[in-house]
Amino acid sequence: MDRTSVIRASIAVGAATGAYGISFGAVSVAAGLSVAQTCALSLLMFTGGSQFALVGVLGAGGGTAAAVAAAVGLGSRNAFYGLRISPILGLRWPRKALAAQLVIDESAAMASAQPTPELGRTGFWATGLAVFVLWNLGTLAGAAGATAVPDPRVLGLDAAAPAAFLALLARQVRGRRAWVVTLLAAVIALASAPFVPAGVPILLAAGAAGLGLLGPPARLGLPRRGAPDRSDP
Amino acid sequence: MWTAVLAGAAGCYLFKLAGLSIPDRVLAGDRIRQLAALLPVALLTALIVVQALTSGPRLVLDPRAAGLLAAAVAVLLRAPFLLVVAVAAATAAILRALTG
Repeated sequence: MDRTSVIRASIAVGAATGAYGISFGAVSVAAGLSVAQTCALSLLMFTGGSQFALVGVLGAGGGTAAAVAAAVGLGSRNAFYGLRISPILGLRWPRKALAAQLVIDESAAMASAQPTPELGRTGFWATGLAVFVLWNLGTLAGAAGATAVPDPRVLGLDAAAPAAFLALLARQVRGRRAWVVTLLAAVIALASAPFVPAGVPILLAAGAAGLGLLGPPARLGLPRRGAPDRSDP
Repeated sequence: MWTAVLAGAAGCYLFKLAGLSIPDRVLAGDRIRQLAALLPVALLTALIVVQALTSGPRLVLDPRAAGLLAAAVAVLLRAPFLLVVAVAAATAAILRALTG
């Protein structure tokens, strides 16, 4: 792979994610956030799973703390992407502060999939910037479009977010332990939902991840090294 | 809402920056890596069931559940991401239109 094909692939990834950004914009407005708040999330948070989680919890009537905890919990994986690609990037301040915002699933995948560090750097910056621009444009389009729809439920937009999470989850569940955690999390969330404030069931269910570590060590569905999941900025 | 938007964004940014800044060995522990892999699994699962199967404090089966089922089929058929989302939304929308 040469530099041009890395850049071309990066733009393709950005385009796919931009289309996904449209669905985020629509879902966020349907959840009750303003267009400005929706766009601020894509600009400042810029990590898709967390953004969906935040608007999901808020839309369900959850409190600020629960929404932030769910979003930041999902965003914690970006730290591990950063660890993985930081030797490739070889960054110094203040560039590092700028690069950090672009550390997401796609850019980490493109950076670590290249044969040389130089191409890895190209992959990171090209993908990060392409996704950033197109994800934000997509968000704006989706949010503006959704404000034109009086009741988002007519378009089934309230079913879009769980489906988005399911598609993300499908890439993460590998190995017996991950399946056990999935089952535990579902049971904990549903069983607690009638008794605790909105948003809290999600945090309680996060405990399932800890429970998943108990018991005999099993082969764990860690994402393959060098190939983090696509399609979630 | 703005508080949640800004606080959430700050928290996510700090994790991104931390990953680029701290030495690898701090987070190299096996348990921590495993927890990091399992945490998204637990959170995503909880978000799915809560958003598809609850309405406030009540557990409900409505067109969202049908949408989720359709999405599951699409995932099993290895449909691309956007198609999975579109299939779920369309299923829920059509069911609502039919049942009024």
